Amino acid sequence: MAHDATHDHHDDHHGAPSNFFVRWCMSTNHKDIGTLYLVFSLLMFFIGGSFAMVIRAELFKPGLQLVQPYFFNEMTTMHALVMIFGAVMPAFVGLGNWMIPLMIGAPDMALPRMNNLSFWILPFAFALLLSTLFLPGGGPAGGWTMYPPLSLQGDSVAYLVFAVHLMGISSIMGAINIIATILNMRAPGMDLLKMPVFVWSWLITAFLLIAVMPVLAGAVTMLLTDKYFGTSFFNAAGGGDPVLFQHIFWFFGHPEVYIMILPAFGLVSEIIPTFARKPIFGYKAMVFAIASIAFLSFIVWAHHMFAVGLPLGGEIFFMYATMLIAVPTGVKVFNWVSTMWGGSMTFETPMLFAIAFVILFTIGGFSGLMLALAPADFQYHDSYFVVAHFHYVLVTGAIFAIIAGTYYWLPKWTGHMYSEFWGKMHFWNSVVWVNVLFFPQHFLGLAGMPRRIPDYNVAFANFNMISSIGGFLFGASQLIFVGVIIHAVWFSKKKALDRVWEGAKGLEWTVPSPAPFHTFELPPVIHDEELAHGHVED
Amino acid sequence: MTRGASEWSPEAYFLNNVALGVCVVIGILVFGAMFIAMFRFRKSRGAVAEKWSHNTMLEIVWTTIPVIILIVLAYLATGGLRTFADTTGSEMTVKVTGYQWKWRYDYVDYKGKAIEKVGFMSKLDRESDETRQLNSGLDPNAVQVDGYNTYLINVDKPLVVPVGVKIRFVITAGDVIHSWWVPALGWKMDAIPGIVNAAWTNITEPGVYRGQCAELCGQDHGFMPIVVKAVPKEEFEKWLADQQAQANPPAPAAPAAASTTAAPATAQATDAPVSQGHQG
Repeated sequence: MAHDATHDHHDDHHGAPSNFFVRWCMSTNHKDIGTLYLVFSLLMFFIGGSFAMVIRAELFKPGLQLVQPYFFNEMTTMHALVMIFGAVMPAFVGLGNWMIPLMIGAPDMALPRMNNLSFWILPFAFALLLSTLFLPGGGPAGGWTMYPPLSLQGDSVAYLVFAVHLMGISSIMGAINIIATILNMRAPGMDLLKMPVFVWSWLITAFLLIAVMPVLAGAVTMLLTDKYFGTSFFNAAGGGDPVLFQHIFWFFGHPEVYIMILPAFGLVSEIIPTFARKPIFGYKAMVFAIASIAFLSFIVWAHHMFAVGLPLGGEIFFMYATMLIAVPTGVKVFNWVSTMWGGSMTFETPMLFAIAFVILFTIGGFSGLMLALAPADFQYHDSYFVVAHFHYVLVTGAIFAIIAGTYYWLPKWTGHMYSEFWGKMHFWNSVVWVNVLFFPQHFLGLAGMPRRIPDYNVAFANFNMISSIGGFLFGASQLIFVGVIIHAVWFSKKKALDRVWEGAKGLEWTVPSPAPFHTFELPPVIHDEELAHGHVED
Repeated sequence: MTRGASEWSPEAYFLNNVALGVCVVIGILVFGAMFIAMFRFRKSRGAVAEKWSHNTMLEIVWTTIPVIILIVLAYLATGGLRTFADTTGSEMTVKVTGYQWKWRYDYVDYKGKAIEKVGFMSKLDRESDETRQLNSGLDPNAVQVDGYNTYLINVDKPLVVPVGVKIRFVITAGDVIHSWWVPALGWKMDAIPGIVNAAWTNITEPGVYRGQCAELCGQDHGFMPIVVKAVPKEEFEKWLADQQAQANPPAPAAPAAASTTAAPATAQATDAPVSQGHQG
């Protein structure tokens, strides 16, 4: 029996199973499952990225040169779905899987078999979703927000809905596992307020996931029954309301945005203190800020809907609530800067990406504050200004943090140092081209270019061409990332120390590099001075 | 962002400038501090890490100051919202209906008098439509009106409105959600089937103002522009009278304007060949 086989391995404390299928497809090991998540996420990053290349190629100059408008809409829709649900979220789950048990001194995740299931659902979900591109009628083309009635005009509604259901089930199981692990599996002495900020950020994120993924599932199920079973939840002709979908969707969608950024806050809060060689400034304030942002995320959803004709009172409430988010977010940025102040800094690749995160995410935050002002949003809404905003927070925010985390822990995972030279090449290319790519989009939006259009007036031509050039080169720069990873895994000769970085603190650095297949089979004895936050006073 | 050409549009413009200014100042302070830290506290310059990790006074200060800034911004923004929401006192009503992929304009009333049967479809002009076909071989730069490039932002029949009159727009849609956006008016408003939204404008300068659909509405979402032609009141009144005369001919014509999908009767005079035919 399969279970017996893995069970034996657990018992005799040997390494991973030698059979490839048994090791990867039937794994219950948090490190292997974490690796699977990360590899899957990287694959999706490139698939989603290739869709973005099609978009930028078509927008390179005015006139339609490459694709029909309907296919263009399929590309924008699939780019978003693949990047959000396929690249960013699984990457964070992968990092959480790998690192949370190591950071809290647990032998594995609390629910290892569910862990396996929650990963292996994903390839099926995305096979279902991506297969629509090859089916008659094409893929979903109504935007990732799936607003009815438009989304119901597509032929792939059922595929889209079931794919979203599968992703949701996977996310909920992953979230339950993370909460159970953090609350039950901490080594004795690892108090909640001694946990690394990354673990805190994931604990809060997991609650967000459990709260909102079922809401999304409900919303898409209503789409399904509207399409195929004659219900009229969102059909005005049948007494329904198309705006109702938007309320339900964004009640999911806004927390979802923070699901994609809170773990990034956590990662950056690990990396900056390590390379500043100084404890994080205001640990409790950082944790409290994450919790406040998570709470606020539930009461701001309609700021995505300022132009649907909300009543005045609604516009005012959602505007004020949205502006409030600037306060805890500002606290986090100030605390990162204060952590650097008075430190003894070195600038290895993870630190470079973390610093770029702080600066560029803050620029995304600034445009977010501007978007929160409803009268100005009447202009910004659904323009390229919004596109620039959310790419600053998601690409230079979430994805830069994921890349930073990957460089930070790659030596721990592989036992080898990556090439610092090529890591820095990757960094400088990414940070330059990503700004060439997204910064001009602010100007396009302010000049009046709507989002999600395949062609535009010649007045928008110059900035679009600059943006496209930035896009191609940013995309190409990510190939360096793959090269660095492949080199570190299979070819690097330089052994990594157990404590890879001089200033690194925390339990993950007390285990050997590469981390053995099983760690902390006996709970570690916690010495507070080894922890990043062992002595918390503030 | 454009300052716009209506009574309200400077609100959005002004708020944008204030918010941008605030962000730039905060950005300079925060990023400035970061860059100073990065140069002063480098290990390669012999910096030794300090041990402190909190400062209650500082934390209170940098929580309070943003709150004060936000209160000021919220005050300014609330004023803009209140004036925007107030459609009372309008002297004219235009019904805007979004369709895949064209707009319909119906003139409902003007100066207290109901208008009968003045309404028409407005869609992408033929020259843009031919140029925008995949690999059409036509140059988008060549699509011009009076030396001004109008590629994808010109229509067969523009919405004609008077300047200096508060106009109420009632906005809805016939199939999927669209959004009616003319940047010079300072706002966009979603056109949603089953829902009638209201917005207003009072254009201050005569001119031609162009915009586009701003809510993804299907394959030709990028090809349903909006053109508003603002003319002096007398000129508008004359235009309206002409339209009414055309719409109510003595001849026993079919009841054209009743159906939204039928060819609009009023479009016959000038642009009839263009308004038929092309669908993207």
